Amino acid sequence: MANRINREQVQHVASLAKLEFTDAELDAFTPQLDDIIGMFETLSEVDTDGVEVTSNVSDQLNVMREDVADNWGQSAALLKNAPDAARGFIKVPAIIDESEDN
Amino acid sequence: MNFETTIGLEVHIELKTHSKIFSPSPVAYGADPNANTNVIDWGYPGVLPTTNKGVVADGIIAALALHATVEKHTHFDRKNYFYPDNPKAYQITQSDKPIGHDGWVEIDVDGVKKKIGIAEMHIEEDAGKNTHERDYSYVDLNRQGTPLIEIVSKPDIASPAEAYAYLEALRQRIQFTGISDVKMEEGSMRVDVNISVRPVGQEKFGTKTELKNLNSFNYVQRGLEYEEKRQQQVLMSGGAVQQETRRFDEKTGETILMRVKAGADDYRYFPEPDLPALNISDDWIKELGDAMPEMPTKRRERYVNELGLTDYDAMVITQTKEMSDFFDATVALKADPKMAANYLQGDVNAYLNEKQVDLQATKLTPANLAGMINLISDGTISSKMAKKVFKAITDGEEPKAYVEAHGLVQLSDPAKLQPIIDDVLSANPQSIEDFNNGKKRAVGFLVGQIMKQTHGQANPQVVNKLLMAALQQ
Repeated sequence: MANRINREQVQHVASLAKLEFTDAELDAFTPQLDDIIGMFETLSEVDTDGVEVTSNVSDQLNVMREDVADNWGQSAALLKNAPDAARGFIKVPAIIDESEDN
Repeated sequence: MNFETTIGLEVHIELKTHSKIFSPSPVAYGADPNANTNVIDWGYPGVLPTTNKGVVADGIIAALALHATVEKHTHFDRKNYFYPDNPKAYQITQSDKPIGHDGWVEIDVDGVKKKIGIAEMHIEEDAGKNTHERDYSYVDLNRQGTPLIEIVSKPDIASPAEAYAYLEALRQRIQFTGISDVKMEEGSMRVDVNISVRPVGQEKFGTKTELKNLNSFNYVQRGLEYEEKRQQQVLMSGGAVQQETRRFDEKTGETILMRVKAGADDYRYFPEPDLPALNISDDWIKELGDAMPEMPTKRRERYVNELGLTDYDAMVITQTKEMSDFFDATVALKADPKMAANYLQGDVNAYLNEKQVDLQATKLTPANLAGMINLISDGTISSKMAKKVFKAITDGEEPKAYVEAHGLVQLSDPAKLQPIIDDVLSANPQSIEDFNNGKKRAVGFLVGQIMKQTHGQANPQVVNKLLMAALQQ
């Protein structure tokens, strides 16, 4: 194993994704994730000398729409797809308020 | 030990666009829960957001209003976090190329002027809203995708009073651009604050705490004052300030520990792949800049230097663009500026407070206010009569027509007043004698008699002048 990622980092990523794993799972996932990162490392074989840094791979720019409101009337259908709904709200298990600023 | 304080403010401003930042759903309040949402707002797989041009324009306008540099090569980024009000599990915001950077606003605390730097401002989407009940929480995504501008200050704010002044300056400048209502009580302006103290001379900033639940400028200042003192006491007693989030209690004015921050936030920002980058042209910036209304600081200078208002009057008149525009329009109709300022601050503000409405929602017009002030200035009506006229113009009546219809015309013609004064004098020889013996009170009595004879319509200034002339003969 190349140690591109360690067990603590896997644990950290899992907690960011609100996932809980057993020790056995962590042991199994760590080398798997390591392999995945290794696969992506193939990309660094590409010679990027002289290539400008970009934030976007599409060559489109300035794609904008005018500020015009259009209600697609989808709320009833969307609520039907929600696991549970009540009085027009999406009903979810009680949230302990740890809301962060955005 | 002497301390210095460093305060940082993050201000979120809700924009008044018609549609959301990345979907065409309407931005409107009071709708049924989730009524203003579509598949994009819900973050359904396969949907593609598109950038609302109006939001980008508003971002440029905010940057210009806050003396910031507009970033011409800007793009959006993804901020990843899981929370039920955030259906995509990421927020589209801006991280490394925010739309504006390095701005400033000028504040004035007790006559001392200071520039407060603004590190950056970026455009982003708001999240939905959760309501918590006992066993369940309820999510409304109407607010999801509402456009926001976040404005981040540089660590230049050195006291709670400066923080208050900074917020006020920010609110005014943004309000004048018209891109937001900037009302904290309605949630269109939200403030997150952090504060740290350090001994004077220490180079490194102290450990900062964050404060929550600051729902007015006053609470921001009070919360910071409490927290400033608390941190100083911790340091003086040899302790260390913890990095934590504290909640301001409106009742006690204290801050209460909510949670201790463990490690830095980890949002794993990366460039938003669903939205092409933006190149903002100089022409667009110029077009938006040219269309921007005159800012409150400029207006205050003009009011003081050209119209002779006091600093205080100028400050009050420029609280909102509507008030300032109303004042300008009133003065443009030849109303005396000082009187116009007095009426706006006095009777007009009292009326707005009593009715709990904004100026633009009333029947008051600059033409009618100017008409009334001009009737006072040329002596047609007294300021006492103006009370009645003011009430009439709040009902949308034209002042001149009202005055004529109600016979509210002041008697200012000396040729008409002189005979009345002569009559009163000859009927009151005792008063003349009293006056000659140095009893000034006699004048008041005589004026009263004249007012009675004229049913209160005599112009007091003219009466005084004529009466004194007659008495001193």
